[in-house]
Amino acid sequence: MAAIEHPARPLDAEEARRVRRERLERVGKWLLPLLIMVLAIWLWDRICVWNGIPKYILPRPGVVVQTLYSDAGLLFSSLLVTLKITFLSLLLAVVGGVGLAVLFAQSKWGEMSFFPFAVVLQVTPIVAIFPLINIYVDNQTAKLLLCAWIVAFFPVLSNTTLGLNSVDRNLRDLFRLNGATRWQELWHLRLPAAMPYFLGGLKIAGGLSLIGAVVAEFVAGASGQSSGLASRIIEAGYRLNAPRLFAALILISLAGIVIFLVLSLVSHLILRRWHESALKQEG
Amino acid sequence: MPDSKAAPEQPGSGGARATLLSLHGVGKVFSNGVTALSGVDMAIREGDFVSLLGPSGCGKSTALRLIAGLSTPTSGAIERPGAAGNDTVGFVFQEPTLLPWASVFDNVWLPLRLRGVPRAKAAPAVMEMLARVHLERFAAAVPRELSGGMKMRVSIARALVTKPRVLLMDEPFAALDEITRFKLNDDLLDLWQDQRFTVVFVTHSVFESVFLSTRIVVMAARPGRVFRELAVEAPFPRNETFRTSPAYAALCRRTSEVLAGAINSTTGAGHGGH
Repeated sequence: MAAIEHPARPLDAEEARRVRRERLERVGKWLLPLLIMVLAIWLWDRICVWNGIPKYILPRPGVVVQTLYSDAGLLFSSLLVTLKITFLSLLLAVVGGVGLAVLFAQSKWGEMSFFPFAVVLQVTPIVAIFPLINIYVDNQTAKLLLCAWIVAFFPVLSNTTLGLNSVDRNLRDLFRLNGATRWQELWHLRLPAAMPYFLGGLKIAGGLSLIGAVVAEFVAGASGQSSGLASRIIEAGYRLNAPRLFAALILISLAGIVIFLVLSLVSHLILRRWHESALKQEG
Repeated sequence: MPDSKAAPEQPGSGGARATLLSLHGVGKVFSNGVTALSGVDMAIREGDFVSLLGPSGCGKSTALRLIAGLSTPTSGAIERPGAAGNDTVGFVFQEPTLLPWASVFDNVWLPLRLRGVPRAKAAPAVMEMLARVHLERFAAAVPRELSGGMKMRVSIARALVTKPRVLLMDEPFAALDEITRFKLNDDLLDLWQDQRFTVVFVTHSVFESVFLSTRIVVMAARPGRVFRELAVEAPFPRNETFRTSPAYAALCRRTSEVLAGAINSTTGAGHGGH
């Protein structure tokens, strides 16, 4: 709905203050972090220069950018490997998490019996489980995928389970009154009701699957012939190639940020019409 | 006006009408030991507008759930000679209880959809129902874009889209402001007169029950039971003129007295509670 505007009417002091504050906040939201970031990078550069720190200990930001450019072929092909593991494991986390949640929702007994196993998988540090996976699984990609999946699937599972179970009681009665089958109730009621919860879990899982992919490669790296960003970092660490190490780090965090933003956008687009979390604050 | 334990004949009913539903000595005891209902006898006939009126805790909502088949009685029996199963029952909850992600059209379509009616085939019935509740222009809106009163209209349209013979309503207008409530009362009576379904209406408002009903079942609490049945012998159509008439005021006073009696019969008997 279009707001009714009264351009001729002067605002009172309080409203004018409010408008000014809102405008400032809108600009500041972007400008402030940017400014701090630039300042931090400048400070980083100055510290290197003032203290004459050699570039194999702490490279200047310019050198890192240069490395990002000169090692682009190597770094980006590694990024691709890491991203492939990340997305595959995220996909598996979604399929596995939602699938298990649906099973749990269909059977209270199933949930009671198997949920503890999911918790055990979640709370045991993946680094500690990895040696076992290393023994049992041969294929390098499968190893990494399994690791990243274990890390990422739990938030999807637990959030979706919560969502499937938090359906309005009256709506369930309504479905019963209309003779809905289990399948109809799941499809028309429980799954849509679980959507906001699932998307919340997905946002967490997106970040976790990247972490899982990197950590898994780190642990596997010592024994493997992998070539993701994690092995670039290990390699660069051994060779005291700090500029490349920094460049790889930057790529990883950029990838994480992009994943988060994309998933936030997806979530917003799906929920914007009906869910409170996606509504703009009014008035 | 007469009020009696036995269900009185309705004005203008033209003799005996088929009994749609009857409760015989119905009791409900919950697993936590609370007796929600005890020995309830009630007969609901075709075309009735029956209000269940009583203080909170008198089991009127439980009675409605039993009638709907959402719950089964601990003792006694519910007979549905005029109705075969749930298919003829529409239910309106205290909250609009809409699917927040679905459009108004899809919400009203839902009961038909669950019966396997595809969208195109359901569309005429859905649009007709929406027109009846004056929401045809809002078919594409989602619930959060509607006011409380409009949401309740959607809920009523959804309950009536399957053309049920019985409409069960559980304090549907309790959360609405008075102006909206009056308007919805008027519209509900229009619908009822037009389509001749039967209504069982749970409320705690004397004024609402008198305005709407042909018959009021006053209930008492602890244990929930029927205290008295009252016939409301005022002609239809009822409208603003009726709402401001001395006859309406007298009926309300009479009903209030009976309700007061029902509440008094509770106090002292109850331990626990409030």
